[in-house]
Amino acid sequence: MAFGDFLATMNVYSECKRYSVRLIECPSFLFLLMGFTTIAAMIGTYLIAIRYTEPEFVVILVSGITVVIFSIGNMVVSSFERLAQASRMKTEFISIVSHQLRTPLSSLKWSLNLLTGPHLGDVNQKQLDYLNIIKESNERMIRLVNDLLEVSRIEQGRIILNPQEFSLEDLVQIVINDLAGLAQTNNVRVFYQKEENLPKVYADQQKIGFVVQNLLDNAIKYTKGRGNVEVRVERADRNTVRVLVKDQGIGIPKAQQLQVFKKFFRSDNVLKYQTEGSGLGLFIARAILESVGGQIGFDSMEGKGSTFWFTLPFATISKPSVGIGREHPVNSTAS
Amino acid sequence: MEKVLVVEDELSLQKAIVDVLGITGYTALGASDGEEGLLLAQKEKPDLILLDIILPKMNGFDVLKRLKEDETTKAIPVIMLTNLESSGDIEQALSLGAMTYLVKTNYELDDIMKRVKDTLAKAKKAA
Repeated sequence: MAFGDFLATMNVYSECKRYSVRLIECPSFLFLLMGFTTIAAMIGTYLIAIRYTEPEFVVILVSGITVVIFSIGNMVVSSFERLAQASRMKTEFISIVSHQLRTPLSSLKWSLNLLTGPHLGDVNQKQLDYLNIIKESNERMIRLVNDLLEVSRIEQGRIILNPQEFSLEDLVQIVINDLAGLAQTNNVRVFYQKEENLPKVYADQQKIGFVVQNLLDNAIKYTKGRGNVEVRVERADRNTVRVLVKDQGIGIPKAQQLQVFKKFFRSDNVLKYQTEGSGLGLFIARAILESVGGQIGFDSMEGKGSTFWFTLPFATISKPSVGIGREHPVNSTAS
Repeated sequence: MEKVLVVEDELSLQKAIVDVLGITGYTALGASDGEEGLLLAQKEKPDLILLDIILPKMNGFDVLKRLKEDETTKAIPVIMLTNLESSGDIEQALSLGAMTYLVKTNYELDDIMKRVKDTLAKAKKAA
C-alpha cells in the first residue's frame, strides 16, 4: 500500500477516513488528485508541444486535458455538497429525535410531580428517596435534550432571543443561590463581589442565566475540595460589564485551550471520567453571547485554576429604540 | 367552578393535566385530537384552553385559528402547551392569538397551574 502510505503522510487519508466517506468522494483527496493532474498535464503538454509542431494536435490535447480537470473539479463540488447535506441531515436528526424524546420526558416529569406532590396521599420516606432519584435523572435528560436542541438551533442560525432589561448582578446572585447545594456537596465555598451602581443590561435573561450557571457549575465541579470559587461583577469599560468566575481547580492544559469552546469538547484531565458533562455548555454559552454583542474568554493554568469571564454591553448601548425590540410573553424555559 | 379544556393527544399527559386541574379545583375536560377539541370548545365554552400543536385530524395552529374566527369562542384565552420550540412556531402561535407559549418538559405541573390561575384572573379582569 505505497500509495496509501503516501496519502497518510499528507494527512488526507486519515481525514477522509474521519468523514467516513469513500476516497473518491472525499474533497481533500479529490483536490490533491486535481492538483497532480494539473501538474502532470502541464509537463505533458510541454513535452508534446516541443515534439509535435502541428498546432491542431496541441489544441486538441489541451482541450482534452481541460475537460479532465473540469470533471475532477465537478466531482470536488459535488462531494462538498454531499458533506454539507450530511451535516444538515445530522442537525435535523438531532432536532427530530430530541423533540420525540420530549414527550415521554414530560410524561415522566408530570407523573413524578403528582406522585411526589401533596395531591395523591403520602409515600413513605424510602419511596420518596427513590422517586427523587428518578426525578433527578429525568431533569438531567431534559437538560441534555434542551442543550442538543439549542445546539441544532445555533447551527441552523435560528437561536431564539427574548431580550429584556435586567440587573446582571442580581441574576448572578440568583444563580449562586441555586447552586449553593452543589457547592456544598463539592466542598467549595463561593465568594461574590459586585461593583455598586452598575447600569442594567439588555439581553435574554434566561439565556444569560444559562451562561452564568454553566461557568459556575464548571468552576465548582473542577475545584471540588481544592479551594474556593470567586465570582465578580464589574465595569469593564464605559459601555460594558464583565462577569468573572475564578476557580482554584485543576485548570486546562495549554495544548487544549483552543478547543474549549468546541462542541462536545471535554478536557483530558484527571476528572474527565469523574465529572458529568456533555461538553455542550461552553459552546452554547459562546453562541449566546455572540448573538447579544457580548464576548467570552478565559485564562487558565494547569494545576492552578481557571478564570472564565464574559462581557455584555449595558442596556443604554444595546437596547434598541422604541418599536424594534418587541417583548412578547414567551416562556420557553422555566425560570 | 371554572372550566378548562385540555387538547392533548398523548393520553399520559392529558391524564396528568386533567387530574391536577381537578385537584386544584377546576372542571377539566380532555380532548384527544384537534377536531374533538374544537367541537368541545364550541359546545362547552370553557374559560381557558390548553392546546398542543401536533395533534391528529387537525393541528393546534388550525384549531387556534378556527377558535379565533368563531365569535362565540374568540374571547377564550388559549395557552399553547407543546414540545415544539422553534422561533417560527412561537411567532405563529402568538400571531394567531395565543396568550402564552409553554414548553412541556420545562414546566412543573405546579407552574402550569399558576399560569392557568393568572391567565384566568387576567381574562376576568379584562371582561
